[in-house]
This record gives sequence, structure tokens and C-alpha cells, in this order.
Amino acid sequence: MADLSIDLGGISSPNPFWLASGPPANSGEQVMRAFDAGWGGAVWKTLGEPIVNVSSRLGGIDVAGAKLAGLNNIELITDRPLDVNFKEIYEVKKRYPKHAVVVSLMVETRDDWREIIKRSEDAGADGLELNFGCPHGMCERGMGSSVGQEPKVLETITGWAKEFATTPVLIKLTPNIGDILDPGLAAVRGGADGLALINTIKSIIGVDLDTLSLKPTVGTESTNGGYCGPAVKPIALHMVGALARDPRITIPISGIGGISDWRDAAEFIALGATSVQVCTAVMHLGYRIVEDMIDGLDNYLTEQGLASVQELVGAAVPGFKEWGDLDLNYNVVAKINSDLCIGCGLCYVACLDGAHQCIHTHQNLCSAYHGEPDHGLGLRTEIAPPQEHALNGGLAYVPFVDEDECIGCNLCALICPVTDCITMEEVPGAKPKESWNDRLAKGLA
Amino acid sequence: MKADTRPFKLPAARLESALGDAKPPYSDSEALIEANRCLYCFDAPCITACPTGIDIPSFIKKIATGNLRGSARTIFASNMMGISTARVCPVEELCVGACVYNGLNGQPIQIGRLQRYATTKALEQEAASSRPLFTAARDRGKRVALVGAGPASLACAAYLALEGVTPVIFEKGDLPGGLNTTGVAPYKFNTEDSLQEIEWLLGLGIELRTGVTVGADPSLLSLVESHDAVFLGVGLGADHALGLPGEDGPGVWGATDLIRAIKNRAGFKIPADVGTVLVVGGGNTSIDIARELAMLGVASVTLVYRRTEREMSAYAHELSGARRYGVRLRERLRPVKILRDGERVTGLRMSDLASASEVDLACDWVVLAIGQAKITSGLVPEIQFDDHGRVRVDPKTRRTQHPKIFAGGDCINGGQEVVNAAADGREAAFAMLKDWGVRPALAPTAPPAGMTTPLPAAANEMTGGT
Repeated sequence: MADLSIDLGGISSPNPFWLASGPPANSGEQVMRAFDAGWGGAVWKTLGEPIVNVSSRLGGIDVAGAKLAGLNNIELITDRPLDVNFKEIYEVKKRYPKHAVVVSLMVETRDDWREIIKRSEDAGADGLELNFGCPHGMCERGMGSSVGQEPKVLETITGWAKEFATTPVLIKLTPNIGDILDPGLAAVRGGADGLALINTIKSIIGVDLDTLSLKPTVGTESTNGGYCGPAVKPIALHMVGALARDPRITIPISGIGGISDWRDAAEFIALGATSVQVCTAVMHLGYRIVEDMIDGLDNYLTEQGLASVQELVGAAVPGFKEWGDLDLNYNVVAKINSDLCIGCGLCYVACLDGAHQCIHTHQNLCSAYHGEPDHGLGLRTEIAPPQEHALNGGLAYVPFVDEDECIGCNLCALICPVTDCITMEEVPGAKPKESWNDRLAKGLA
Repeated sequence: MKADTRPFKLPAARLESALGDAKPPYSDSEALIEANRCLYCFDAPCITACPTGIDIPSFIKKIATGNLRGSARTIFASNMMGISTARVCPVEELCVGACVYNGLNGQPIQIGRLQRYATTKALEQEAASSRPLFTAARDRGKRVALVGAGPASLACAAYLALEGVTPVIFEKGDLPGGLNTTGVAPYKFNTEDSLQEIEWLLGLGIELRTGVTVGADPSLLSLVESHDAVFLGVGLGADHALGLPGEDGPGVWGATDLIRAIKNRAGFKIPADVGTVLVVGGGNTSIDIARELAMLGVASVTLVYRRTEREMSAYAHELSGARRYGVRLRERLRPVKILRDGERVTGLRMSDLASASEVDLACDWVVLAIGQAKITSGLVPEIQFDDHGRVRVDPKTRRTQHPKIFAGGDCINGGQEVVNAAADGREAAFAMLKDWGVRPALAPTAPPAGMTTPLPAAANEMTGGT
């Protein structure tokens, strides 16, 4: 088995899978069950001056029947007394000394920070995560994302925390900013030991069309909330990668945002995350999902010939380039495997309406054209004669690609419902690699 | 002439009531899951496979988005018999059989059940609101007589009614609906279901006169003279007989006659001493009656067919469905004589074509499902028939040799599906409307099979390409 243990800025855990600060890490009883299920760490639900919550609090987005592709919440930080939380943290650490217990914190004044950091560390916290990300409810009170959006304030409070703390200090960043490097660099300047991102994205999840109330509805009204879940993963992945590839970011990263399985986790790790944090997927399916996260990551690392998860950290970062550095002479074209094609026609219509009109279908219906007057009738069957599939009387046709016209955008391969039916294959070019920046340098552009 | 007497009076005790729904209606969750599974194919093969060309991916997409009114309207735009065809269509042979999922994972979309869901829900919504699904156009001062109240006439009349034409259906029986009411297997669609559909269709503005036999009074000619057009949806006639010794008398049934008794006849019961029934024939009607009898508790039901299973015109899925209820098949047997003990049927003597010998099979009833007669009398001289006794029509317009008379359904095809009749009715209605310069507001959204999508003229003139 590959070594899955990690050390993130001085916080160690048996594997990189941590519960993110949220409902699954709200109480000692929950965190202990999570550790029993296999989670390597937990970031405790944010502690601060106890607040009052509203009902209801969550809204979800379904995509074509798949539940919770995105989740939005208007819940605030812990609504349980601080002494209860600290007592439970103490109990958890006593029973699970090797697991990481990081305590998320959000308070206002310098004195507040001093006190809550001391109490957290007294309770046995392995590290602290400063919540500078929450985009709803708390930011209006000068906390959460209102800190994360002001690099100077972020740097100052990080400095306070480092002054008071004896355990590592992680800064949790908000994505609700222009450039993630601004708060990331501020945290480094403030002396942070690590970064955690992303927090939720400011959002309105939807409108109830019967009542015209926003969701999640509180009586007849609602407010903006924080968006998370699988849908936010690409945004998070970019921000993690943008920090990881900047040489000025010298501290480790805990990746957060839509991580639901080992593949998501491995991608975050490859783009620079040392640990990953999970919340929505656990809210959806329970702590048990960590079993396949561990198993799948272990299998993947072994198949890749990697002895430890540490070897994967940042492995994809060198491939993250600026657009101007990409090779303009590289080409792929779509190939449709007619043996696998089921004749749904989705690639045809996607290419016709949504791409570059390079996929053709049987003569009667083909509207793709390339400027030749008769081409609208699909007369270019010489490219590859359409094959008919006879499915019990209905006729399905295998579309075909005009490879001279295909610009290699991937759209058809992305929407094809059949695994490996449409593949993008490289067209070996005669020209050497040349990027836009190369052309600029040569004065050609 | 008897006026329309809705709601229709049905005998309370009908034997078909004992037979449950073979494919129960979808719940909201089931429908959503199934609708979301649909790939929304482009130029979908299910559309091509549907004789009425329903834009199936669109109506399913509309279920998924919660637009049930739009979904039902999409269905009815192509097929006014969308309620019954959702239930009675041999979807395994048509749309479902063409679903691309057959080629992927063998789990085709259950289009019939989704169609049932959409139409049922939309009609419930319509009943609960003041907004009708369809509103008829202003009266155009045209009247069309339709002979026979089966699916072909109902579909034709419905499209005409929506365009402001007054359709008047003449039905010789007490109940409208043709085979939908009297002949469809009850576990697919029962009489009440059929009459409910018809009440909705009549509500679109169709006049129905039951108990009127067109022939002597009124004659077809008089209808032609008093109406702007006539549609013949007369279906088929009586069950064929074999002409064998012993055939006349109790215990020998025509299949459609027996099915009608099971479905609609007050107090009809299968006598307790009928334990063994032989059904002669190899078509879908033979399977239907065999399965119905088995489901109703007849201990032994056997299909006897003069050729082999492979040559049966019945659908394979129907035969396997009947076999699940214990129906057996004996091949290569040709009936020779009905054996009787006095009045009572005791068996069927058959020529065993495999061994060229005779074999006697004991039974209490013999059911003949060997086809129905064509209706060739009581019409007008201009109407011609093909070699099989089917009314000749123009394949596009369903117009007979008489310019004012159209025909559709079993009388032109010799006995096909309800959905074929619905397509005939629609095409005839559209042809009549075209004669009168009316462009139907409610036109099928999907291009019929083989139709091309023309390239926009402007695109043809483009020369630059992409």
C-alpha cells in the first residue's frame, strides 16, 4: 500500500482526507464516527461567538435528475456553546491522538482571537484554520469573507494569530475575489503556515416559481448564500493551481471545493494540494464515502508507481501554462467508432449548432455545410459513407467527421453517451511547436 | 337517429374488471427518473418508428422540465389518440424497439409509459383548471360525416374539430371507440379507459350519434350529399369461420366476439366447467384472447397454429407475455372437425402436418382467431378495393376514388394497430383541410419520416464557409 500519510505545515494525519468545516464536523460524536470510518482529519465547524440560525438553510441544484450537483447554504458558524465544543475537541483528541483535529475560528477583535486560540490549543487542537471565507451572514458583521476580500486586514489578523498560536495556522480563503493570489500572498506575508481553499461562492441557488421566494426559503424571503458541491470543483481547482504554481506561495495548501471521490482528490493533490477537505459529498452520502477515497487513491498511486501521496503533490502544476504558451501547431480530430455508435445523433447536432459543422449525417437530414452550395444536402458522402444501424425498424445513422474541417474542440467526445465511441486523435503535423508568445517574440503576430 | 348520450352507460359487472393493469401508471418520481434517462436524440429513431411520428424526445424532455401541458400537446399534435396508443401500442415493435439504448445497454426508454404519464397528468391539470389544452378555431361552416366511431374516425374528427370544422360521427353500436372499446386486451386498456378518452375527444367539439347504421338510412350517398366530406372508419366485419363440421353451435367462439363479451357484456362469465380452451390462429388477436382466458382462470389454454412459431404474425413479446400465464403453443396443426357430445364441444380434431396423421385434442371451447371479414357492401360504387378486400386510398391523403370520401384504419390496412388508424385519421383530416385552404394551427412538430430539413436559402448563398 502506498503511504497516504501527510504533513501539512506541521499538521500530520494518516491520510489526506479531512472533513471540511461544516455540518459533518459539528460535534465530537460526529467527528469520532468519521474517524472510525477512515477520515484522516477534521476541521471543526467554525467556532466564534455563538449565533442564531434560521430555518430553512440549504438549497440544492439537480442536473438531469442527479441530486445535489450544487449545494447552497445560509447556515452560520456553530450555534453550540464554546465550552461544549472545546470539551468535545478534548475528548476527540484524547481518543484519536494520531488524527488531525483542526479548529476553524472566526471572531472579531485582537483580544477575541487571543482568547479563542488559547482555548482551542488548550483543548488539544492540532492546528487552527482562520475562516476568512464565509460569504453570508458573518461578512456583514465584518468577519468571514469581508476579511478574505481585504488583503491588508487578512494579513493583520493572520499576524495576530501567529503571534498567539503555538500550533500551525491555516488561512481559509474566499473565492469571491478577483485574483486569488492577492489574499494568498497576504496570508504568506502574515506568516501563515498553510492555505485552505476555497470557501463557498456567494450565490442564490434558485427561485421558487410557485411563490417567487428565493431558495432556501425563510418564511417568504431568503438571502444570498454560499455555493459548494461538485459544480464548484473547476473553480476551486483553478484557484488551488494558481497558488501552487506561483513561486511566492511557499506554504502548503489544503484543497476544498466539490471533492466527492478519490479522482477529485487526486486532481487537487496533483495541482498542489497536500490535504483535501470534503463536506458536501459527506452531507449527501455520509462518512462511508472515505473508504473508496482511500482505496481508490491507493490503487491509483500504486498503478502510477508512486510510493507515497507526497509524490503526487503538485505533479500536474508544470503543465498549467498561460494560453500564450500553448502550441498553435498541435492538432486533434474527432474519430467516431461506428461499431460502438448507437445512432443518437447528439454529436451531429452539437457540432452543427454548437461547434463548427464538421460532423455529417445521412443525406436527407444533413444541414452541415462548408460554403459549397449543394453541401446542405449532405453530398459530401465521399468523406465516409454513412452507415445505417437498423434498430428494430427504426433507423439510426452513424454520423461521420469531415476531418479536414474538424477543429478538434472535443465537444462531440464530451457529449457522446457511449464510452470511448468518439476519441480525439492527434494529427501529426509537419510544423514544429510554436506558441502565440513565440510568434510575438519573432514579431509575427 | 339517437343523440349522443354521454356519459356512456356501461354494465356494472364486466368480466374485464378482474384483469389488472399489466403496466401500471408511473408515479411522479418514476416518470422523472425515466424522462431524465432519455438522451434527447437528434433525428431520433423512435420518431421514425412511430406511425404518427410523435416528437418523442421533445415530449419526454418536457416531462423532465415539468412542462406537462406542453408535453401532452406535443403528443396530441401528432397523435390525437395519444391516451390509448400510450397503452395499446406494441411499443416493443415501434418506438421502444427503436430506442438507441437497445444498442447500448438493452434498457430502452419506456416511451409508452411516459406518454401515459404526460397525457394523464395534463388532462388532470386541464380538469382542475379553466384553461383547456386545446381551443377550437372559429366555425368554418364545414361539416364532415365520419362512419364508425373507432380510432381512425376519432382522430380525424378531433383534428377537424380543432380547426373549426364540425365532425359528426355515426356509430352503429351503443358505445364508441371501435376496438379500443371492444377489442383491446383489458390488461392494457379497459373499456372505461377508452370511454374516458373518447369523452375528452368529444369535448373538443365532435358530435357523436350512436345506434346509427350507415347503409340504408342514412345511405352513404346521402351523407356525401349533405356533408363537405365523408370519412370511412368502418373497421372490419365479423370473425372468420373455418367452415368445418361441428362448427355451428355453442362452445365455438369468434375471437373478437368473445373478447367483446369479456369486456362489455353485462354479467358475462366463463362457465366453471370450461377448463380447457383451444385457440386457433397465429396472430395477435389469438394471443390476446388466450392470455385473457388464462388470466381469467381457465386451467388450460393452448394456441394451435398451422405453421410454426417463427411464422406467426403475432409479436414475439406478446407470445412470451401469454406464456407467462401458462398459455401453450402447438405448432403445425390444422383443424379438421369440431368434436361434440350432443351440443357440448368435447374436442378438436386436427391434421398434424408434421406426421400427416390426425390428432384429437380434448377441449370445452374452441376460439377462432383467424381474421375478420372485410366490409365491402353498403358503400358507393366509386370506392374500390384491393385484392385483399381493403379500401383503396391515396397513400398520402387517404382519399378514396371518390373525391369527397376518405378512409382509414383497419378498412384500408386489413387490421393494423390503433396508431396506424390515428395516423390515417390525421392525414385524411389534413387533406380535407388542405382542400378547403385551411392551414392547421396544430401541426405535428416532428418532420415525418423521410422529410428533409432544407438548408436556409441564405446559407446556400454563403460561400465563405466556417
